[in-house]
Amino acid sequence: MGKIEKDLVVINKKGLHARPAAIFVGLVEKFGVAVTLTKGSEAVNGKSIMGILMLGAVEGTVLKVCVEGDEAPAAMLEFEKFFNKQEEELVP
Amino acid sequence: MSEIVLKGIPAAPGIAHGPSFILDKGEFIVPKRSISSSEIDSEIARFEEAINNSRREIHILKTKISQDMGQAHAQIFDAHLLVLQDTTLLAQVSSGIRDTKSSAEYVFFTVIKKFVEAFAKMPDEYLRERASDVSDISKRVLKHLMDESKLHDLESLQDELIIVAHDLSPSDAVSMYNKKIKGFLTDIGGRTSHTAIIAKSLGVPAVVGLKDATLRINNQDYVIIDGQKGLVIINPTVETKELYLKEQTKITASLEKLDDLKNLPAQTEDGKTVSLLANLELSSEIPAVRKFGAEGIGLYRTEFLYMNRLDLPSEEEQYQAYSQVARAVAPFAVTIRTLDLGGDKFISSVQIPKDMAPFLGCRAIRFCLERPDIFKTQMRAILRASVHGRIQMMYPMISGLGELRQANAILEQVRVALRDEKIPYDQKMKVGIMIEVPAAVMTAEALARETDFFSIGTNDLIQYTLAVDRVNEKTAHLYEPAHPGVLKMIQKTIDAGHNEGIHVALCGEMASDPLLAFLLLGMGIDEFSMSAASILTVKRMIRAVKLQDAQRTAYEAMQLDTGQEVEEFVGAQLRKYLPS
Repeated sequence: MGKIEKDLVVINKKGLHARPAAIFVGLVEKFGVAVTLTKGSEAVNGKSIMGILMLGAVEGTVLKVCVEGDEAPAAMLEFEKFFNKQEEELVP
Repeated sequence: MSEIVLKGIPAAPGIAHGPSFILDKGEFIVPKRSISSSEIDSEIARFEEAINNSRREIHILKTKISQDMGQAHAQIFDAHLLVLQDTTLLAQVSSGIRDTKSSAEYVFFTVIKKFVEAFAKMPDEYLRERASDVSDISKRVLKHLMDESKLHDLESLQDELIIVAHDLSPSDAVSMYNKKIKGFLTDIGGRTSHTAIIAKSLGVPAVVGLKDATLRINNQDYVIIDGQKGLVIINPTVETKELYLKEQTKITASLEKLDDLKNLPAQTEDGKTVSLLANLELSSEIPAVRKFGAEGIGLYRTEFLYMNRLDLPSEEEQYQAYSQVARAVAPFAVTIRTLDLGGDKFISSVQIPKDMAPFLGCRAIRFCLERPDIFKTQMRAILRASVHGRIQMMYPMISGLGELRQANAILEQVRVALRDEKIPYDQKMKVGIMIEVPAAVMTAEALARETDFFSIGTNDLIQYTLAVDRVNEKTAHLYEPAHPGVLKMIQKTIDAGHNEGIHVALCGEMASDPLLAFLLLGMGIDEFSMSAASILTVKRMIRAVKLQDAQRTAYEAMQLDTGQEVEEFVGAQLRKYLPS
């Protein structure tokens, strides 16, 4: 079982608010992986939209993304794409 | 914690102490309810069911929105759905129910509140607004967990509390008729604000115009209200508490003494009898009306039948309500004021456009003349009820003869219809008008010839005469009942009414102040209507004075130049007769 960790930057102008957070949770569920997002000392479950929103990740925030599970490499690839897009480019 | 004293405007007398409750507009009130160990599992199941039902609703909404407006608009509902399957959230609620043995709605409410508060504090504006998304979702769930009608209902509060609010709207009033409330504190408002009216009719103290009480006081802070001086003491010391407890005992004793006056007539020493009546909002206040020995109802504010509901009250429902009051008050009369909406009173069933200056907008009689359907229904109900006691009717905010004639023409149509349908009603029912608009005062002779009585509504008359918004805290100090301009308006109305041989009543907070009531007695008011709790204090004044002294005082007061001079002079005169 793999475990990958990467620092990713939120580039979306409005930050990681409800709609992009919802899309992110969707991705996590699609890959069936365990994800932890960490901002400073705060770590939240990647499946918890409330947790993600509570991070208050605005544009430019660096998040440590830790992915665990069989599909971890593929999932991380998708996450990187997710983080590199503006909200309008995201398809749920 | 040190003692903090806030100063506001005294709005209702008395002393109260106890824990505070900050009433947040639009927020749901979810009472703490304990459950037994055996109920834990079913309570969790109830919570899960509420979540499932809410999800189902959101799915339906999402489908509809994406069909109607496109998929992009529906995306936000994905976020809402995710919140409702959020493991962190759901786990916190389930374990909360188990650990604290509290009801699902209370635990859910507390958990959500923590999230909402955290969002509200976020520095980024866009993220901060997520707070409203989350409270939106939580309201949906709470509606499945609680009886919807209870969501804003203060009745569900369990402890005796002191209510702290930015302002109380008239529609809050309905839920305030609750013995558990010990007093009111508000940021804005003046002596005649609705908070004052509600507090007086409940017989509890109130201090208004405190500016930032909702920020300075925390939920559950222990506070003392001094309704006489307009003070609020937050976290009082032991000494302060003792001082106020003694004061409270004194007040109770003097109230008991007043009680002896209940069955005595309101007659001056030289034999002039005055009628002292009560103002009424809800039929649930009738016991208080009796308790204070009111000789009828001088102002029945019917708006409250229309508030806090989504539909309009039917003719039958109104008929029942008016009949009940008429029977309860008999043999005394009840004066029903027709619907006085607008200004600061709104209802859900009818959209009233928000005017730039609501007190000058389409309110009261103006609204009723625009909506004869609503007006006629009320008139039919009042006329039908008139056979069950002594009912009088009056129109609010008449500004001239044209409006009075229009209203009477509609009334005539309703009478004819009832006659045709052979439905009985009191054919001699008196129909009067409220004098609240300066233009009505200036044309009072003409109005008096076409109406059965006047009732001066001083709260609005003062507001319109002095061009002072009585809801605006910045102008509250300009609201002067004893202003010579106001007194001349009142005198002109009384004289016009008496010249034409009709009764002139006065309903408004002015009547409940013994000093001003002494002045008004001298000016010739025939009938005073006020909050029931003030009646005995005013009666005590009337029984201590002579009409001729009041008349002489009024005559001299009318020669003075400022409101302050009037109050000082009348106060000095009254003290000669009425030892305090």
